[in-house]
Amino acid sequence: MTEYHLTTPITEEDARKLKVGDIVYVSGEHVYTARDEAHERALKMFEKGEKPPVDFEGSVVYHVGPVAWQKNGKWMIVSAGPTTSGRMELFEDEFLRKYKARILVGKGGMGQKTLAALKEVGAVYTSYTGGCGALAAKGLKEVRAYEWQDLGMPEALWVITAEEFGPLLVTMDSHGNSMHDEMDAKVAARKAEVYSKIGVKV
Amino acid sequence: MFGDKFVPINNCSEADQMEDPYQVIHDTTFRLLKKAATVLPKDVEEALKAAHERETNETAKTQLSAILTNMEIAEPGIPMCQDTGIMIFYIKVGDKFPFIGEIKNALTEGTRKATAEVPLRPNAVNPIVGGNSGDNTGVKIPWINWEIVEGDSLEITAFPKGGGSENVCIVGMLKPGVGLTGVKKLVVDNAMKYMGAACAPNIIGVGIGGGSDIAIKIAKQQLMRPLNDKHPEPEVAKIEEEIMEAINTTGIGPMGLGGDTTVLGVKVDYAMRHPASLPVGVAVQCWAARQSKAIISKDLKVTYVTHPLEGN
Repeated sequence: MTEYHLTTPITEEDARKLKVGDIVYVSGEHVYTARDEAHERALKMFEKGEKPPVDFEGSVVYHVGPVAWQKNGKWMIVSAGPTTSGRMELFEDEFLRKYKARILVGKGGMGQKTLAALKEVGAVYTSYTGGCGALAAKGLKEVRAYEWQDLGMPEALWVITAEEFGPLLVTMDSHGNSMHDEMDAKVAARKAEVYSKIGVKV
Repeated sequence: MFGDKFVPINNCSEADQMEDPYQVIHDTTFRLLKKAATVLPKDVEEALKAAHERETNETAKTQLSAILTNMEIAEPGIPMCQDTGIMIFYIKVGDKFPFIGEIKNALTEGTRKATAEVPLRPNAVNPIVGGNSGDNTGVKIPWINWEIVEGDSLEITAFPKGGGSENVCIVGMLKPGVGLTGVKKLVVDNAMKYMGAACAPNIIGVGIGGGSDIAIKIAKQQLMRPLNDKHPEPEVAKIEEEIMEAINTTGIGPMGLGGDTTVLGVKVDYAMRHPASLPVGVAVQCWAARQSKAIISKDLKVTYVTHPLEGN
């Protein structure tokens, strides 16, 4: 396990150095939020040859729908823990291929399509402790733009400057490793013992 | 900016001047929602601290320590989780409580105020035409579970429910022949399927019998029981223990990244069932098990139960 402090934009080389079990803290201006609808919109724009309001290459894409509020005309993030990344499995592989984000942040892990795309593109998936919205907000220093507001506060594209945002635990890397797959295997191996506690015969 | 601007209603005021019942219920709702979003009930906090203390897995310890730090940061008035939930209230209203007509509007307006001022994330989306209402209210939301009880007071429990854990709740319509073993297997299999997706360590509520709607309703009500509460019937308490032990044996751990504590509690209750049916509702709660309860007397004195005024 190695601890990294990275600044955006993150290069493919840097992303490929990261391995499952590493801890990352990110700083910089290329931190964007995107959930289901922002992924969908970004992909639609790509198809139409349109440019999204930000350049996703080298960025950190955070699966989150923040609580934000406006104070003296300026938006700030109040609470912003990760949402369940599994929902983005529908779009993430295409998104990675087209936009080359380097660090995904979310919770719960993602599937085989995303794992393959991480390997191909040179990117990682990191897990942030679910529910820790107040803690995460500390690392999300400044909101520079609130794009795609028509999607509503949770689904919009928030453009953020981060400062030591983390700890992000690398749980899927660009070498085909996934801690989530390992966990599935570990839990499956314990199934007989688990069932024995409730009188289920295997 | 997150200071508690709410002026608490004096528990022991001299009640010579009657307060406006709508305003009292409204202001109580606001405080309940604010406290629910920012401060966990004591029993949940203690259970998380104990889990951190006894955890042997390094990753799990890091996850639990983040959760504990997060709770400290949130406590002055910041929503602990950005998913401040869909708005649900459980109401127990005494048949002699004099202001029944004021309750629904007061809960709705209190929700709007809390959304703007805590702030809470707007989480009410129209499933037919799309669009977020922006203030956590809309068609049938806040959802109010009404129960009429004997008495002259009003009990309000604010129960904002997060989406991640809600997405793994299930209803199983089992064949009665599978018996209680089948019931336990359904709950345990579900946990091994969603792994950490519901922000483990979780609290699980199980409702057995009644019908599909009744089973899940009972299941969800169990999430409001204190963690140290055992079902009064030993047969049911035993089911609670067995399921809890089984799920903690999986090693799923906090956030599904491995560890000793996967559930903080399993609570079971039941209703009589139809001879042909064995409905089982499984309600899942995340570690951010938010709820806040208050009782309003007929002369409008407010007692906060989970988040007392003293010390908060």
